[in-house]
Amino acid sequence: MLSPNPGLIIWTIITFILLLLILKKFAWKPLLEALQKREQTVKDALERAEQTKKDAERILEENRKQFDRAEQEGKRILNESRSLAEKLKDDIVEKANSQSRKMIESAKQEINRDKEAAMVQLRGEIANLAIQAAGKILDESLDEQKHRKLVDSYLKELPKN
Amino acid sequence: MFSTNSDTSIQQTVTDSLHAAAQSGEHGTESGNLFTQLLHHVYDSNELDLPFIGQVHLPHFAPIQIGDLTIDVSITKHVVFLWAAAILLIILAVTAARKNSKREVPHGFGNLIEVFILFIRDEVVLPNMGKGGIKYLPYLLTTFFFILIMNLAGLVPYGSTSTSNVSVTAALAFIAFIMIQLSAIRAQGIGHYLKHLTGGVHWILWPIMIPIEVLGLFTKPFALMIRLFANMIGGHIVIISLIGLIFVFQSWIIAPIPILFVLGINLLELFVAFLQAYIFTMLTSLFMGLGMQAAHEGGTHNESGH
Repeated sequence: MLSPNPGLIIWTIITFILLLLILKKFAWKPLLEALQKREQTVKDALERAEQTKKDAERILEENRKQFDRAEQEGKRILNESRSLAEKLKDDIVEKANSQSRKMIESAKQEINRDKEAAMVQLRGEIANLAIQAAGKILDESLDEQKHRKLVDSYLKELPKN
Repeated sequence: MFSTNSDTSIQQTVTDSLHAAAQSGEHGTESGNLFTQLLHHVYDSNELDLPFIGQVHLPHFAPIQIGDLTIDVSITKHVVFLWAAAILLIILAVTAARKNSKREVPHGFGNLIEVFILFIRDEVVLPNMGKGGIKYLPYLLTTFFFILIMNLAGLVPYGSTSTSNVSVTAALAFIAFIMIQLSAIRAQGIGHYLKHLTGGVHWILWPIMIPIEVLGLFTKPFALMIRLFANMIGGHIVIISLIGLIFVFQSWIIAPIPILFVLGINLLELFVAFLQAYIFTMLTSLFMGLGMQAAHEGGTHNESGH
C-alpha cells in the first residue's frame, strides 16, 4: 500500500499534464475570459451609472440655479417696470397738472384782457352818452370842444374802476 | 432502512470481493485475515468491478526495465478512475465554458463551476500569490477539480478513489513541487533562487544550511502527498472496517449499527473530499506564493515556509 508504483506515477503525471493542457485551452481560458468580461461589464455599468447619477445631479443643480436666477430676474423686471410705471404715472399727472394750470392762467389773462377792452369801450361809450346827454340838456350851449374837456376832467376824477 | 445506495453497494462490493478472495484463496485462509481482505477493496488492482458486468480484467503490459527500476505501466483500477475523472472533468469544464461564453449571466451548472473558480481565484490565489499568481490559475484550477472529482469518485457505487493511492498523490505532489520551484525561479531569477537556498547565512555554515534548505523544499510536497493520501484512504478504511463488523459478528442483526455509522462517515467523507481538494490547492498556492514573494523581500530569508 505504501510502496509507490512507478507506473501509476507516470500515468498520473501524463494524465495530469494532458488534462492541464486540454482544460487550459478549452475550459479555463474561455471561463476566465467570460468571467473577466462580465466583471468588466459590471464594473463599467456601475461606473456609468455613477457618472449618470452625477450628471443628473449636476443638471438638477444647474436647473435649480437657473430657476432661481429666472425667478430673481422676473422679480427684478417686475420691480423695475413697477417703478417705471410709477414714475410715468407721476410724470403724466404732473404734466397734466401743469398744463391745466397753464390753461387756467391763460384763460384768466384772456378774461382780464376782455374785461380791460370792455372797460375802455364802456368808458368811451359812457363819455359819448354823457356828451350827448349834456348837449341835449344844455341845448348846445357849449361847443363840443369845451364839453369834451369838461367830461374828460370829470372822468379823470372818477375812480379807475 | 438506514442504508443508502452507496452503502449497500459498498457492502455488495465487499461481499463480492470477500467471495472472490475466499474462492481464489489468494489472501490466506477464509477466516484468516479479514483485514487484508477488506483492504483489498482500497488497494489498487488489476480488476475492475463494474455494475451488471462483474469483474473485468484490465490489460496487463510487460514491465519496462530501466536499470534496476522495474516500471509496470499496466492499466490498473486507479488508472481507470484517474482517466474517468480526467474525462469527466473535461466534459464538465468544457460544457461550463460553452455555456458561460454564450450567456451574459451564468446559469445553472456554469454558475456552479464559476463559483468554484471565483473562490479559487479570489480566496486562494490572490491572497496567497497576489496578481502574479493569476497566470498559475489554470494549474491550480486543474489541481483542485481533478483531485475533487477523484476524491468524490470513491463515494460513488463501484467507484474507487485514485487519490487514496500514494503513487497518485506522489505524482500530484511531484507536479506541485515542480510548479513551486518553477514559479519561485521565474519570480526571483535563478541566481536569487540559488542564493535563497543558502539561507542568507555565513558561507562557513553553508554545508549545513544548504542540505536543510534543500530538504525543506521536499518536505512541503511530501506533506501534500501524505496528507491527501492518508485522508482519502483513512475514510475508506473506516467505512470498510465498519461494514466488516457485520462479517466479524457473522450476523445481519448487527447490520443497522455499522450502516448508521457508515452513513455518518460517508457524509464526513463528502466533506473531506472537498476539504482535501481545497487544502491541496491552497497549500500549493501558498508555497508558490512564498517563493514568489521572496523576490520582493530583497533576499531576506523567509522562514515561515517551513
